[in-house]
Amino acid sequence: MHAANGDIRAAYRDYSAWLTDQSLERLRQKHAQADLLFRRLGITFTVYGEDEGGERLIPFDVIPRIISHEEWSVLERGAIQRVDALNAFLHDIYHEQEIIRAGIVPAELVMTNEAFQPQMLGLDLPRRVYAHVSGVDVVRVDDKTFYVLEDNVRTPSGVSYMLENRETMMRLFPDLFAQSVVAPVDRYAEYLLRSLQAVAPAGVDDPTVVLMTPGQYNSAYFEHAFLAMEMGIELVEGRDLFVDSGSMFMRTTEGPKRVDVIYRRVDDGFIDPLAFNPDSALGVPGMLSVVRSGRVTVCNAMGTGVADDKAMYCFVPDMIRFYLGEEPVLQNVPTYSCRKPDDLKYVLDNIADLVVKEVHGSGGYGMLVGPKATKAECDDFKRRLKAEPDNYIAQPTLALSTCPTLVEEGIAPRHVDLRPYVLSGDKTRVVPGGLTRVALKPGSLVVNSSQGGGTKDTWVLEAPVVIEEEE
Amino acid sequence: MLSSTAENLFWMARYMERSENTARLLTGLYHMSLLPARRGAQAGLWEGLFQSEAERNAYLAKYDAFKTDPVLTYMVLDRENPSSIRSCVWSARENVRATRHVLTTDMWETINSTWLDIAKTTYADMQDMGHHEFLEWIKVRSHLFRGVAHGTMRRGEAFEFWRMGVFIERAENTIRLLAARAHTFKPTGPISREDTATLDYYQWGTLLRSVNAYKAYREIYKSQIDPRRVVELLTLNEEIPRSVMACVEEICQVLEGLRPRSRCFEQSRDLLNRLQSARIERVYRTGMARFLEDYRAGLHDLSLQIQKDFLMIQ
Repeated sequence: MHAANGDIRAAYRDYSAWLTDQSLERLRQKHAQADLLFRRLGITFTVYGEDEGGERLIPFDVIPRIISHEEWSVLERGAIQRVDALNAFLHDIYHEQEIIRAGIVPAELVMTNEAFQPQMLGLDLPRRVYAHVSGVDVVRVDDKTFYVLEDNVRTPSGVSYMLENRETMMRLFPDLFAQSVVAPVDRYAEYLLRSLQAVAPAGVDDPTVVLMTPGQYNSAYFEHAFLAMEMGIELVEGRDLFVDSGSMFMRTTEGPKRVDVIYRRVDDGFIDPLAFNPDSALGVPGMLSVVRSGRVTVCNAMGTGVADDKAMYCFVPDMIRFYLGEEPVLQNVPTYSCRKPDDLKYVLDNIADLVVKEVHGSGGYGMLVGPKATKAECDDFKRRLKAEPDNYIAQPTLALSTCPTLVEEGIAPRHVDLRPYVLSGDKTRVVPGGLTRVALKPGSLVVNSSQGGGTKDTWVLEAPVVIEEEE
Repeated sequence: MLSSTAENLFWMARYMERSENTARLLTGLYHMSLLPARRGAQAGLWEGLFQSEAERNAYLAKYDAFKTDPVLTYMVLDRENPSSIRSCVWSARENVRATRHVLTTDMWETINSTWLDIAKTTYADMQDMGHHEFLEWIKVRSHLFRGVAHGTMRRGEAFEFWRMGVFIERAENTIRLLAARAHTFKPTGPISREDTATLDYYQWGTLLRSVNAYKAYREIYKSQIDPRRVVELLTLNEEIPRSVMACVEEICQVLEGLRPRSRCFEQSRDLLNRLQSARIERVYRTGMARFLEDYRAGLHDLSLQIQKDFLMIQ
């Protein structure tokens, strides 16, 4: 909320005045109300390994994160730029591989990548889009700089929280919205549907779009159902789909119905037991062959995972320069790639000041936060680094910005990050907002829900309307 | 609509309806268990609830005797008993959760809050509240769910599959209720004529009340309660919403709208014809238990055929 010099940020000025008038008691009451609302609506995520008690609420904080119009326009431009470059990169590595020939990205980093799908080589996708939905994680480190932490281009989740958090805030604090200039986010589903329809196979006029889920025991099932409902499309599982005469169909009460676009929330490895993991019961046998013949579009495309690898992340600014001929709007976090001997040496010598992450890790697992780790933990990680340097990257711990948050002791600053969602189809769009995650433990930098993080509504303030007086 | 969605809707309706019907059955039996013991009504009262060998064994694996407290615990709150009310609400809720994108928010919220309440209920809570009140609450929650469905669902395929589930389950339950009664209430030991009449009054009167048909019985027959007439009312009278006839008529109507040339529609017509041509005197002569059992099997076959015709079974 405060800028580096201690002043209240302009974006927070109105809200801060309002907050000053609120009693802590009222805020707590609203917090309890929000909890009840989420519980009743069943806005939950599933915790694996528990039975009927396994549905949890992600803690929701009633104090929003506010982003000014100016800050947002930079973020928006930067996020779109990144995703455009990533899509160009994905098309390139599955076609001419010019970026490798130009010596910018090492060939083995692509070819030996587990997420690289040789089956996708030479395949032309509608509008050359691979990552139709991306979640670009950013943090603010000072008044002007946003760093990108990660580009999630496989099957990013959390967008339902962006929408439900707003819905909840509007129910709890209608007075705040009545006169405010918070940009609405509720067109997300409409934009998503438009993007998905835009990548239908050639010659299909009125495409049938479906959302494919691993099923109701998946941790993000709520979100899958929510999005299907918002878009008014069928929510299917692998068992509802089948391949016949080279096309994709779903089983309906009126017989088979052709499917043109699949927004899948099932990972590559499980999507087609014939092409990938043969033990998968979640997928559709033969799906890849239909993709290859161009009769169904799968979003995000198989093999996009190459681009959201933590090792590939280092090259994104180069990709922007190479494919778009532009300078990156958003900065990468300075990253040490342990596969490089110099970087490895630096990381080993300074491990106590760094965050070390597994290249393929996610959800806050498989990482070491140096300043918080014991000597034994550091030593253990050093051993792992020496054994498998290729598997790790390291980054300095950042002075992340904080946001006022309602916690046990009252209102206190907590670290936040932000995930805006970028949609690619007929054009690349970002809905003004995103998912703000907040580390609820004091001092903690880990915001993942699996590690006790919470979420907040994210307000992007609209540009002031200039009313021109007629003469 | 996806076949799997239709299947979920069908079962959601069935489980919710089942929870209500179990509550109705238990209310009736609980009421009976409070009658003076010398009427002979208590013998085999709770045991009659368990009609198959497998059901009896599952119960006896946990408890020694068929007594009020353990039976109610088992039938209402036991999470390992797949037909307990708690399990039915859970299954209904899981089916709603899987199809919530085609249902209204109100439907989800109704069933979800019912589940959240019953999930934390203990037997002690139930005793505190009173068995009768608790079972009444289940009924009310089921009424509410049905009302919400009626009041909010678009009149499309989803609505029809939901209705189909409701009426198949309800028809089966009414039969089950009658069969359980016929089975349970054979008095043991010598009792007087007067006692028999009193017993009939309590037993069949309770049954009528449990399906809200007591008043209708009085209006239609204007006489004392006679088991034969109760069976006639609850099987063959189309004016009683929970009678088998009324339910089968609804099923026919739904299927005619959805798929008039299907095998399952044909089967439902046959079942309806059987009821329309049945006479209660003949049913009684050939044996009520057999009639009920045959009809229940017919409904079960219909349910399977529906699932086949709409590809709900692969």
